Amino acid sequence: MNSVINTENEYYPPAILEQIALMERESQGSAPVTGPVSRRNFMKVSAGAGGGLVLAFGLGLGEKADAQQAPGPGGPRPGGAPAAPQPINTNAYVRIAPDGRITLVSKNPEIGQGIKTAFGIIMAEELDAKWSDVTIEQAPIDSATYGQQFAGGSTSIPSAYNTLRNAGAAARAMLVAAAAKQWDVPESEITTSESVVRHAASNRSLTYGALATAAAALPAPTTAQVKVKDRKDWKLMGKRISGFDNPALVTGKPLFGVDVQLPNMKVAVYEKCPAVGGKVASANLDEIRKLPGVVDAFILEGNGQVAALMPGVAIVANNTWAALSAKKKLKVTWDETNASKDSWTALTAFAKEAAAKGAGLQELKKVGDVDAAFQGAKTVEAFYTFGFVSHATLEPQNTTAWYQKDPAGDKLEIWGSVQIPDSARTAAANVVGLAAGERRNFPNATLHQMRIGGGFGRRINNEYAVEAAAISKQAGGVPVKLMYTREDDLTHDFYRAGGFQALKGAVDEKGKLTAWAGHVISFNDGFAAAPPGGRQPGGVQGGGWPSPNEFPAEYTPNYRLTQTLTPIKTPCGPWRAPGSNTAAWVVQSFMHELSTAAKRDHAEFLLEVFGQKQAPVVAPGGFGGGGGGGLIPERAVATIKAVVERSGWGKPLPKGHFQGLAFHFSHQGHFAEVAEVSVDSKKKVTLHKMTVVGDIGPIVNMSSAENQVQGAVIDAFSTLALEVNIENGRIKEQNFDTYKLARMPIAPVVDVHFLDTTYPPTGLGEPALPPAGPAICNAIYAATRERIRTLPITRQGFSIA
Amino acid sequence: MAKVKLNVNGKDHEVELVDDQHPLLWVLRDELGLVGTKFGCGMAQCGACTVHLNGSPTRSCSVPAIAAVGQKITTIEGLAQNGVLTAVQKAWIDHDVPQCGYCQAGQIMSASALLREKKNPTDADIDSYMQGNLCRCGTYLRIRTAIKSAAKALNGSAS
Ligand code: FES
Ligand code: FES
Repeated sequence: MNSVINTENEYYPPAILEQIALMERESQGSAPVTGPVSRRNFMKVSAGAGGGLVLAFGLGLGEKADAQQAPGPGGPRPGGAPAAPQPINTNAYVRIAPDGRITLVSKNPEIGQGIKTAFGIIMAEELDAKWSDVTIEQAPIDSATYGQQFAGGSTSIPSAYNTLRNAGAAARAMLVAAAAKQWDVPESEITTSESVVRHAASNRSLTYGALATAAAALPAPTTAQVKVKDRKDWKLMGKRISGFDNPALVTGKPLFGVDVQLPNMKVAVYEKCPAVGGKVASANLDEIRKLPGVVDAFILEGNGQVAALMPGVAIVANNTWAALSAKKKLKVTWDETNASKDSWTALTAFAKEAAAKGAGLQELKKVGDVDAAFQGAKTVEAFYTFGFVSHATLEPQNTTAWYQKDPAGDKLEIWGSVQIPDSARTAAANVVGLAAGERRNFPNATLHQMRIGGGFGRRINNEYAVEAAAISKQAGGVPVKLMYTREDDLTHDFYRAGGFQALKGAVDEKGKLTAWAGHVISFNDGFAAAPPGGRQPGGVQGGGWPSPNEFPAEYTPNYRLTQTLTPIKTPCGPWRAPGSNTAAWVVQSFMHELSTAAKRDHAEFLLEVFGQKQAPVVAPGGFGGGGGGGLIPERAVATIKAVVERSGWGKPLPKGHFQGLAFHFSHQGHFAEVAEVSVDSKKKVTLHKMTVVGDIGPIVNMSSAENQVQGAVIDAFSTLALEVNIENGRIKEQNFDTYKLARMPIAPVVDVHFLDTTYPPTGLGEPALPPAGPAICNAIYAATRERIRTLPITRQGFSIA
Repeated sequence: MAKVKLNVNGKDHEVELVDDQHPLLWVLRDELGLVGTKFGCGMAQCGACTVHLNGSPTRSCSVPAIAAVGQKITTIEGLAQNGVLTAVQKAWIDHDVPQCGYCQAGQIMSASALLREKKNPTDADIDSYMQGNLCRCGTYLRIRTAIKSAAKALNGSAS
């Protein structure tokens, strides 16, 4: 047995891992917020065009070092030597025009997590702005000035919170200073609210707009001089505020990547081998080129990297329908020598064999002695299986790219709905061969960030952006919108990896958890080894375990976690709460098997487990989902107790209704959830209600927070009944007729409650999802005495609709 | 292929079709620049492309444009009149329905048609009428609430 943890199995790309590491260094996971902390150590103020105030931040040196390490193919990886101090760039966060309009800048992509509005609220709160005066703008994508700009890992709020508070507070301080000067009164006598500065004693007031130009002439305060509000003075934070883009959304304004239209733009489709890794042997290109509306058709060889450019046939047409109908007539012969032969049936057989061997090939964590603890104790053994699932974002993958020939150096312009815009930009620029520039930053490549019609982790990989760029170049430099059909989207995803786990646990005569052994059976990259300095050619991430310290590693006196990996070629990637979304299901279901074997009340059993922490908090791993540095047992206990109370756990229920309970910590969010279900004689599961209690620190926008939780519960329930089947490297489910996302009738009552705590805030795109699935499965067990050990639940004859 | 005349949001447009299968969805988006109507599946499974043909909700991805000739086509861009939002659009903002927002044009078109057919829909009415519209983000609870609140507003203003 070797004890090397497989690092290929990382479930986030470098950009996100780096941000997570940074936040862990900063927050230490557990410190309640006491005051402003910021690495951005200076602010810059200038007048806007036509007067007014523009407040920008210089990137602190720490942040600058991050920007240098922005990821890219072959680019620097995290963990390098600290950078020397660098010249500092500035960026605008707050602009106040003389007419009183306030523009706040949101630096990260909006994927439906509500970040644009949330960033606006955080700044407007400290600025004391009147919400109706506020406009929120998407920042340009420029990591050299804004630092990391991405949506992933629920990191946007925790990483930007202090910076944005300081931005708002600094602008407010300058307006106050300007008024104090003009009125010749002490700043301490001045108050602000609703975009107005007041001096009560002399009954004078001025609007922010009226003061903005004067304020811009004053020196900017340092971060240390800026005071942020006490929570008790919050007026916007925690309120229910409707999304800033809602008026544009309900009137059908162009916002999304798919909505981009440029003069002379062509529409392209791209056909890749249905089994990933296949090459084009031949295609009926001549026939395709003659079809109405088709302007070109050609083969791209690709660079062999699944996350960049795989081989395929591009069709470029005058409009979408011409492209789509030509694609239906396209006939390609594939060379599948190196293509995926993955088969779920074969992988399942492999996993069962591996499980029969007992422990796995690699040891990830060992505490005490499980084998000794199992001797003579009451033990339970189980084998859990979960299938692959797709992201199925409702906006199919697409990108508009324009490769422009230029004697001064060719250029690339991209309009994209992407979660890590800088990765998309640099990957595309790299593949079309733009001049790399300093630090491989590709100065001639620009990306315009568009609103994203659903992310869930899918758009952390950006192969469609690379494809669009390559097609635009090959087509002679015309702007091209690459459109994926739903079939393309479902069959060429970076799937949530399926996987397996064999478990054995023990309880003592008092029904206390004494030992836990898990054997994770998962996947690594089946393509050839990475070229020196290059990325893995395949896209296998996300199959493994969130962290060696994942719960219950530190809460069981005897614990062992081992792993066996087998290669696959099917691309896998982060899927909403990666790692956690399946780990929570396995751990929280098996925990219920143990409490059931011990004939204990499950809430009591779980509370007892959180009371028996074995070791002090050690290695980080908290933000990404691991239970190590981030899980705080007191917070877990508080959420479990609150959910027991609110859900009426253990109290009489309507006839035929049963409850299940689960807890999970990920992405700095502590969530306890109770599902209330009934199951009919045909094994159809109805989820009547989900009670959710979360502790994510202060809430920025209560409306959006509740929306995220409601969505997470519905997503979790929907996904319990979903899978993509893989045989001979091909995906069977091609559209929504077979990949049956949940529809409105299944939507349960979701009772959402957040604990009011002073821990640092975290993002909410992910952490409410993981406990929902096991809570439902535990309730199904309570209703039927049948344990769900295989996902989707349809494999055990259950259905949800 | 021939040019046809389409009446969209009260205006006539002449458009050229690739062939007689050319779906209304792509004519609206590509030829008329009305990109509020969305593509999600292309096979009448998701409802993202819902428009009204003479008032009845229709999946524009699965209707050839020529079949819409002579009918009144209404898209999400044509709901508000002179900048005044409809009760459904207002309810969508008041209840902060969208997450990513991609499905919402289709949801609003379906909901608007529902409220024309039924003044006071029950939860069951809403569920069955709206089940052709997928929301990947899971905003179903808010859609239900918003429809009821729009119904209330409409009934109030009618009386
Ligand atoms: S795109 Fe028409 S129903 Fe999905
Ligand atoms: S809001 Fe995202 S699909 Fe409905």
